[in-house]
Amino acid sequence: MSQSYAEEGASAAALADTPDETADPVLSVRDLEVEFPTPLGVVGALNGVTFDVPRGKVLGIVGESGCGKSVTARAILQIIEKPGRITGGTITLRGQDTQTEITKLGPDSARMRALRGREIAMIFQEPMRSLNPVHTIGAQIAEAVLLHQTRDRKQAHERAVEILRQVGMPHPEAVATSYPHQLSGGMRQRAMIAMALSCNPGLLIADEPTTALDVTTEAQILELIRDVRDRSGMSVMFITHSMGVVAQLCDEVIVMYLGRIVERGSVDDLFHDPKHPYTQALLRSIPRIGGDRKVPLEVIEGSVPDPHTRVAGCPFHPRCPQAIPGRCDTAFPGRSTAGPGHTVHCHLHDDDAAGHTEPGEDA
Amino acid sequence: MSEPLLEVTGLRKHFPVRGGFLRRRVGEIKAVDGVDLTVHRGETVALVGESGCGKSTTGRAILRLEAPTAGEVVFHHPEHGPVHLESADARTLRAVRPHLQMVFQDPFASLDSRMTVGGIVAEPLVINKAATGQELKDRVAELLTLVGLRPEHANRYPHAFSGGQRQRICIARALALDPDLIVCDEAVSALDVSVQAQILNLLEDLQRRLGLAYLFISHDLAAVEHIADRVVVMYVGKIVESGPVEQIYTAPRHPYTEALLAAVPQPDPRVRTRPKLLTGDVPSPASPPGGCYFHPRCPHAQPVCATEAPEVRSVGDGHLSACHFADALPLAGATAAARPPATPAAQANS
Repeated sequence: MSQSYAEEGASAAALADTPDETADPVLSVRDLEVEFPTPLGVVGALNGVTFDVPRGKVLGIVGESGCGKSVTARAILQIIEKPGRITGGTITLRGQDTQTEITKLGPDSARMRALRGREIAMIFQEPMRSLNPVHTIGAQIAEAVLLHQTRDRKQAHERAVEILRQVGMPHPEAVATSYPHQLSGGMRQRAMIAMALSCNPGLLIADEPTTALDVTTEAQILELIRDVRDRSGMSVMFITHSMGVVAQLCDEVIVMYLGRIVERGSVDDLFHDPKHPYTQALLRSIPRIGGDRKVPLEVIEGSVPDPHTRVAGCPFHPRCPQAIPGRCDTAFPGRSTAGPGHTVHCHLHDDDAAGHTEPGEDA
Repeated sequence: MSEPLLEVTGLRKHFPVRGGFLRRRVGEIKAVDGVDLTVHRGETVALVGESGCGKSTTGRAILRLEAPTAGEVVFHHPEHGPVHLESADARTLRAVRPHLQMVFQDPFASLDSRMTVGGIVAEPLVINKAATGQELKDRVAELLTLVGLRPEHANRYPHAFSGGQRQRICIARALALDPDLIVCDEAVSALDVSVQAQILNLLEDLQRRLGLAYLFISHDLAAVEHIADRVVVMYVGKIVESGPVEQIYTAPRHPYTEALLAAVPQPDPRVRTRPKLLTGDVPSPASPPGGCYFHPRCPHAQPVCATEAPEVRSVGDGHLSACHFADALPLAGATAAARPPATPAAQANS
């Protein structure tokens, strides 16, 4: 498990151990690497990503474009667009008493196909692109039910209507016989969620499901996801770039930057005691309602580097105001613990600083 | 700031709905249905609302990118005095357009990938014969510097730039002819969080230095609060509320504004937002409900709301609301989220 970190040098030891934030994760990702060969060279979309999805909680994954958050989700379902491929690491799905090593399954294998939708379901940003325009909503939900649960068409249709009612769709019978273009954006996303929930998956991966929606509709969808988690105990991996959504929805948060996890912690730790300069800067740069309008927003200088350029050392160091020359630009920092369940990859916090206890940590 | 730059009265933009045999006109989508608004010199007016509320169409109709169906759009030209844009002929429009510019949402779609950045920024100057030769080169270099790019970037092509840099190029192009008003249509919505702040700060900085006015069209209420002086809230083609930004955010006088503000997820887990969950969806502008358009979703709706359309009326200093019960309803403003400390936490071993 640790061999892929060999080239990371000094930090290998710190990274290799298993995160133990939760005793019973529903999914474990270890040292995941994904590469996209392109005419301009190989792009390392994920460069050693390790995390657990805790059971029955909402794990948020935040980061800017190109940080690898969507690729992580797609790798879990083995639906990475070609020619991208997983080049290292493991993904383990842990059921109640079974363990499935997803990375050992072929993307087109029967087991992988059985797993998609049934054990891990996914919803995407644009419901219009994920729904088939020539089939009714009911037929599309029934299709998933027929594939995984029952062979009886009538039963499948009834299940479709029932699940539409569960996601708070007004007039579920009428919606089941409607086509996607007849629904509004919010209703389409509800239909997508209904489809994802139809087979009672243990894990729901939501890739920016509210980004294309208005705030009022977004609030409805977030309420629905919270409700589903509370009722069915489903685990949710929620990918977003909105810090507001993370704060209001998630239990735990992972912050990613250029294919790496830079910080992980409870939502309260991340927002009120952020350790990584990137997390701190992100939080300071967002406009907030009730903020001081006369003060210009703090900005992170520069922009996310082009994916083709390989940044040596910590990927954030060219934009980091606190970068240590000779250290941050040479080695990626190992994982250091900032508190219970709160870890950070930053040289400001590693090794010699590890013994330093943060105020409030012992509480 | 008292001098009006742009006055819009009763602006309407209706799109025909065609159907049936011979594609006859079977109805109308009232995308913009009687909008009044004023932008003063040097101020930022934000136009907010959900998708489909007509805010972008309003911006386009003001600039005559869409011919308005009815209404008046008066631009106060610094030399020629008031100009009626809605009825101006091509020649007048050409003379006025340098003063009115636009920045669009998608900086990838709004730059010609086969032109150099210098060519893109110089184009308005060339077309309007504003500069030639060395003077043109100097002006392009000056514009690029003004938006935070370097003069040598003029020789590169758009693909070499990131989203935020491209938006800077779009802004440089908009500034080329010394405009008085820039319509920013979701100009920061497609940008990464960290880059959004850079562009918002740039827009504010340019406003201070050049005395620009902005019509800032956005659905991002946090960005709007940061940049706007006055806010106009639209719902299904009509203005439901408008007023100074502080009043709109702390003491809204329309239930729709209250619901919009409550729905914004606050970036602070200790501040739990309590969205007023609006039931149902935005009605179609092709067949809006009777009375107040918002009444089917309004938690405070009374029988009169279903029958009588409320008039826009003054509810305070420069504050307008189109609600029958604007004076009676106890509406809450946005909850403020705590700002993180402005300086990085002291680091143990830096």
